[in-house]
Amino acid sequence: MSDLLPAAHLIGAGLAIIGVVGGGIGIGNLFGSFITAVGRNPAARQEIQIYLWLGFALSEATAIFALLVSFVILFT
Amino acid sequence: MASSSIDALGQFNLTTGLGPLGAAVGFTNSNEMMLAAAIIIVALFSLALNTAAIIPGRFQAAIEMSYEVIRDMCDETMGVEGRKFFPLIFLLFSFILVGNLLGLVPYFFPFTSHIAVTAALAIFVFLLSTGVGFYTHGFGYLRLFVPEGAPIFLLPFLIPIELLSYLSRPLSHSVRLFANITAGHVLWEVIAGFMFMITAGLGTAGILVAVLPLGMNVVFTGLEVFVAVIQAYVFAILTCIYLKDAIHLH
Repeated sequence: MSDLLPAAHLIGAGLAIIGVVGGGIGIGNLFGSFITAVGRNPAARQEIQIYLWLGFALSEATAIFALLVSFVILFT
Repeated sequence: MASSSIDALGQFNLTTGLGPLGAAVGFTNSNEMMLAAAIIIVALFSLALNTAAIIPGRFQAAIEMSYEVIRDMCDETMGVEGRKFFPLIFLLFSFILVGNLLGLVPYFFPFTSHIAVTAALAIFVFLLSTGVGFYTHGFGYLRLFVPEGAPIFLLPFLIPIELLSYLSRPLSHSVRLFANITAGHVLWEVIAGFMFMITAGLGTAGILVAVLPLGMNVVFTGLEVFVAVIQAYVFAILTCIYLKDAIHLH
């Protein structure tokens, strides 16, 4: 039983990191939409950019949560 | 320590600072960094604005720019009524920013990587915005939990959801900052650990291969500086948004 524990740790950490996919989709979507929006209306770039960084940090944070859970499984 | 030889979380251990005096009163390295951050902020501002010129030099212009960025953000989110919260927002921003950036210096301690610190800041913001809401609107502040234009038969479902999302604000507010900083430093530690593993495994030839993880760490340093600034900005803008809810309701 105790032989399997390190292996289970690694598998669990690997499963936990799958959550990063969501953050990747979110950030890709965000920057894609930003490029489209600036392409259509370059004058609005400054105003859109504030929401871009806010959205970036919010969606990046969800990926970081998954990363953190994986680290906690792996290192504690 | 279960399955790896890399001790990635050991760097966040608290030790005592300031010699035997600090050990006696429980003054930790985290407190040391907070004190350093406070002194740096005050010193920067007093140095830059001591001889405030009409035509600012490079240093003064940089300091004034940071002030203007946060003031514009305040005005855009909260309006004129939110002006009185600007000093608080600016203090939060500069304290977290300097703390994040100080933590990036080797052997320095990132005090924002402890949930106790970020949770204290976030809970303070949460209590403040709730207090401001009840102070400005009385019990009318509870209308915040009733979405406008929602059908009446959906309200029994919507109000608990709104209430839950309101109560989980300090949690996400604090975990976002703490997790970003912690994850960045753990990433550094893990990749630096790869370098030692490679050199231990391959000997002298390993030193040449270990340049690859070193290059990765250099790239991540750039990312970490960016994350440090963005997270301080996001902490400030979310504080603005929560206070805006308290002042304006929706």
